[in-house]
Amino acid sequence: MIRTTRSRTIVILTFALTLIAAIVAIGLGSVHIAVPDILKTIFNGREEGVFTTIIWDIRLPRVLLALIIGANIAISGALLQAVMGNPLADPGLTGVTSGAAAFVLLIMLANPEYTHLIPIAAFVGGLLAATIVYALAWRRTGITPITIILSGVAVNALCGGVIGFLSILYSDRLPSAVQWLNGSLAAKGHASLQMIYVYAIIGWILSIFAIRKANIIRLGDQVAVNLGENVTRIRILLSILAVFLAAISVAAIGMIGFVGLIVPHMARLLVGSDYKYMLPMSMAMGAIVLLLADTGGRTLFAPLDIPAGILMAVIGGPYFLYLMRKRAF
Amino acid sequence: MLKIEQLAVCYEHKEVIHDFSFNVKKGEVLSIIGPNGSGKSTILKAVSRMLPYSAGTITFDGENMRQLSSKEIAKKMCVLSQRNQAPADITVRNLVCYGRYPHKKWFERLDDEDYAIVDWALEKTQLTHYKDQSIAALSGGESQRAWIAMALAQRPQILLLDEPTTYLDIAHQHEVLELVRELNRDMGMTVVMVLHDLNQASSYSDRIVVVKDGYRAQMGTPDDVMTEQMIQTIYKMEAEIQHVEWDSAPRIQLKNTIKC
Repeated sequence: MIRTTRSRTIVILTFALTLIAAIVAIGLGSVHIAVPDILKTIFNGREEGVFTTIIWDIRLPRVLLALIIGANIAISGALLQAVMGNPLADPGLTGVTSGAAAFVLLIMLANPEYTHLIPIAAFVGGLLAATIVYALAWRRTGITPITIILSGVAVNALCGGVIGFLSILYSDRLPSAVQWLNGSLAAKGHASLQMIYVYAIIGWILSIFAIRKANIIRLGDQVAVNLGENVTRIRILLSILAVFLAAISVAAIGMIGFVGLIVPHMARLLVGSDYKYMLPMSMAMGAIVLLLADTGGRTLFAPLDIPAGILMAVIGGPYFLYLMRKRAF
Repeated sequence: MLKIEQLAVCYEHKEVIHDFSFNVKKGEVLSIIGPNGSGKSTILKAVSRMLPYSAGTITFDGENMRQLSSKEIAKKMCVLSQRNQAPADITVRNLVCYGRYPHKKWFERLDDEDYAIVDWALEKTQLTHYKDQSIAALSGGESQRAWIAMALAQRPQILLLDEPTTYLDIAHQHEVLELVRELNRDMGMTVVMVLHDLNQASSYSDRIVVVKDGYRAQMGTPDDVMTEQMIQTIYKMEAEIQHVEWDSAPRIQLKNTIKC
């Protein structure tokens, strides 16, 4: 009982922290805006003010996008980890991200007239990658870290090949895609936000329903069957949800690695492995982490705008090695 | 109550259980024994739908199990394997709560009645004291009891146990088997278990099924089954059957391996 109260408090505090971080991040940039001005501008709506354009058109959409996508990827990772029963499962390592990216590029570079189909293409690509990983990684005894990594390597290589191939074929159109490939939130305004937020909210609501099922399958297949659950169906549904959340994120801002791996891991350390707390915790922490990566990327090296995906890779890689060293897997 | 008829199970295209029939009567403890690799656990897995069976029928109170939904079966029958893995940080009470899920629709939350059943299950297994501890902090016997408590919370009519004592030391083995006996006697719980230890099978069962190479070799009360002849043919061991005053069941004293 004490533990659950503690976990609940941590989750609530993290959500509060997310809000504070978001407000601070809106203030940061080439034009520094004080917190009272930010609040005033936001609550006044789109009425003309000194900072209206900066906040409403540039910073707010970008911050919201970072929050939404960070939350998406972290939830996606947490769900995949439940499905595969393995803390190494993450949309990046398993190839879901690059599968989605390859399909998005197929449209972005080869068929730019179908831009509106990008989210669907990302979803299809992600599902395809997930299916291949399952087919390769599944053994009688379940999925082991080694089989995940190996099949992830294979799928990532394949998708990398497709991406490379497309980049050469359509090198004239490549510049527009480079920012996207690196997972950048720069120049992503209302359009991306509008594209993603409905999908994201749907995904989050479905995730709430996934909590109990995720908790049951983490007791092991045998126990889950014993409790009258259809394990295969749960796996498929949760995977589809995880791929959906990762794919819409890829469609919006490109490839961002490690969030889905690191965040659920940290969340588990803080609130335990009960998905009732772990999933919302991952959501809030994912939002904060990506916001930090994006805000850091655009302020630390200003006027350069370092894509959040690059910053995540630079921070995430060593953290991953640290986890390996601690034998967390 | 449970009737297994002409069961056959294939494992990687090879039939490992052949034409196996037996029935379980309401309120009895039935043990399945046999040498390693004889298929005794496989039978239990097929009955508990962990493994598909290729032929035969399994009926529960006259209803074909294939026609019942997974959830309906979960309310009637519960299986425990020899080793269960739970996330290390789950508390005993939370684990036991999962036992109530088969009785709930996907959107329903546990209510007071469910919690009363959970508390009752904890009390029955003498875990009330440990309810807020994490599973990882328990000893082998205690954690096996926690899993049994979860099974009890499911309120099944029949409990299937796959080698419930294998990974426990003798004191904990005794504790778990005594609990099984108590559940059987006090609540009339029907129990089917796979056991390795012949003496345990003998003293805790009403009837015993002997499996050899996937065939049913014998079936009957401990007195019928536990004979020097049986141990010789099934286990290739010489043994003496003893009767002691403190236990009505026959005791098996093993002597030598028979050399061929």
